[in-house]
Amino acid sequence: MMNIRFKSTKSRYILNAAAVLALYGVLYAMIENGILNRYAAGLLMTAGYNIILAVSLNLAAGFLGQLPLGHAGFMSVGAYASALFTLGLEMDGAVEFPLALIIGGLVAAVFGVLIGLPALRLSGDYLAIITLGFGEIIRVVILNLSFTGGAFGLQGMKRYSNFTNIFIFAVITLFVISTLIKSRHGRAILAIREDEIAAEASGIPTTYYKTFAFAVSAFFAGVAGGLYAHHLCILDPSTFGFMKSVEILVMVVLGGMGSLIGSVVAAFGLTLLPELLREFAQYRIIVYSLLLVLVMIFKPSGLFGRYDFSLGKTVDDLFIKLRAPNKKGGA
Amino acid sequence: MKSVKTLALVLACMLTAVLFAGCAGGGSDTIKIGFIGPLTGEVAQYGVAAQNAMNLYIDSLNEKGGIGGKKIELISYDDKGDATEAVNAYNKLVTSDEVVAILGAITSTPTIAVAQQSAVDNVPMMTPTATHADVTSYGNNTFRACFLDPFQGSTMAKFSVDELSAKTAAVIYNTSDAYSSGLRDSFIETAGEVGLEIVADEGYSKDDVDFKAQLTNIAAADPDVLFVPDYYNNVYIISSQSKEIGLRATLLGIDGADGVLAIEGADSANVEGLYFANHYSTEDPSELVQGFLSGYEEEFGQTPSALAALGYDGAMILCSALEKVAASGVKLESSDKVFQAVIDELDATDMDCVTGHITYDENNNPIKSLAIIKVEAGEYTLYMKY
Repeated sequence: MMNIRFKSTKSRYILNAAAVLALYGVLYAMIENGILNRYAAGLLMTAGYNIILAVSLNLAAGFLGQLPLGHAGFMSVGAYASALFTLGLEMDGAVEFPLALIIGGLVAAVFGVLIGLPALRLSGDYLAIITLGFGEIIRVVILNLSFTGGAFGLQGMKRYSNFTNIFIFAVITLFVISTLIKSRHGRAILAIREDEIAAEASGIPTTYYKTFAFAVSAFFAGVAGGLYAHHLCILDPSTFGFMKSVEILVMVVLGGMGSLIGSVVAAFGLTLLPELLREFAQYRIIVYSLLLVLVMIFKPSGLFGRYDFSLGKTVDDLFIKLRAPNKKGGA
Repeated sequence: MKSVKTLALVLACMLTAVLFAGCAGGGSDTIKIGFIGPLTGEVAQYGVAAQNAMNLYIDSLNEKGGIGGKKIELISYDDKGDATEAVNAYNKLVTSDEVVAILGAITSTPTIAVAQQSAVDNVPMMTPTATHADVTSYGNNTFRACFLDPFQGSTMAKFSVDELSAKTAAVIYNTSDAYSSGLRDSFIETAGEVGLEIVADEGYSKDDVDFKAQLTNIAAADPDVLFVPDYYNNVYIISSQSKEIGLRATLLGIDGADGVLAIEGADSANVEGLYFANHYSTEDPSELVQGFLSGYEEEFGQTPSALAALGYDGAMILCSALEKVAASGVKLESSDKVFQAVIDELDATDMDCVTGHITYDENNNPIKSLAIIKVEAGEYTLYMKY
């Protein structure tokens, strides 16, 4: 059976790793050679942390089937935690920055658990309202605390974020969440989405898994926040309002709830779109919204629905297609 | 099928529009200046006012023949008041449009984000309106047309001692607003230096509408002046309520108080006798101010706000620096040499503007006068330039 080349998990990992490295190599070379100017490189970085945000929200929204409206809240917690960490310590960037991101992620995850435990005992609309409330509370608390700089925000962070580390963290996020979904835990999470009562009847501890998925989702939002904080080097609490949460949710819904490739494509597209529409000046927000409306009318399940992309399978299919005529000829 | 055709038509139209818009920006025989500011979103009114005024100035300059025979082209990008968008816009202006200088941003957070990046590139940047103290601290390339927040607070403290012979003062401020609390701090600090005793210091939060508890405390201390660093709607309410409870003190406001007479259904008697600091006065008889006022009113059908005046000044200061560079025989293009020449000329600015005479100190902040406005007989009157 030579048809299926990438059947084993190991071979697929190798194939994916090679593809990721190749993509990184190409983009990096283009940035270094100036084929992609700084404007384009900046957009790629913005797209990078938007991908992390959308993919992590997709875990809670698409795979777990909840409707969290406070993702920007987790992002802001991570952003402030990691910014305060790097501002407070004088360490080498290579050590300090990854640590700061992990701390940002962990603090956000703690908040995820704190919010998740009471909130996830409820479902549907209640969860949406609680997370919405949380997002606003976090923003107001940050606005009124002195060590977060209040309304002035935080600044003076070093510009640690660059294309390489944003790319690495985006890949890690995708890897962790896609393997999580395919694991036993992920199946439990999917079962809760499909039918919570049936899942509970089958012995799945639903509250545990819901909180777990929620915390993982919050963790990566926190990491994205850390990357954001060290990319722009200024944090302003008003950035993380309700509209930011909605913006991330739009990426997930547009790409398809439950499709990782959908979140990646939508996050990338929705980052570039407003920039491509700059020529429209004041009308670009209308055009942007119009495009969203059109997609939702013509493709209500999102661009990709629940489809997910697998490089190994695609390559295999390609080989099968290539060989099929030969086989027919042989028979 | 019909809907698909409609969709295709809509998309085709948009594509064509993009192509045309792309064409309009062409032509290398213009001098390109980039503008970054909020043209949509919550703070759009500030960006639009500043952009209107900039266009007004640049159009009039272009009618006179531009700079060195070349027209000036203002390339405007919206930042929605968001730092990420502002940095994207900045990168596009510098790398794709190759501008010679940046006008903007308008609000402080996006301006700081852009200033950090522009300091690395040493691109001349003139923000008309960002009042945050740190804006000009990242490099020698960033200038502003407005005064800083603390300046207003300290000037009002000095003014109340020098001009109103005040001995005691009280402050009532918005604790949840950086602008308001920053001004309160600078007022109290300067009050200590000039011998003005602070007898009451009261705070309120964002959505409060009843200030009588705080005002009663203040009335008990009976100060000569009451400093109210907030926007016009709260200034109006505080002023009305202080008159109701019979507070003797003279009220002092800051630039946010501009507009206090324009509130619908408001009784101007409630704010009679209020002094406030402002960037400029529409009463100012100088030719520059009156020319700007009539030009703006004719073009846009409304009285320009202080932000418009600052936008006009920003464009004027930057263009006069560009003129001087062009006069010295340097071709205005996007290069490090031109950037530095423009920065040097901006640094040497010494000219009359709509918002007063402007020179720059060593931190690139303007040294300029404030207009003190008094509400008298239901009208704004220019009390003095201080």
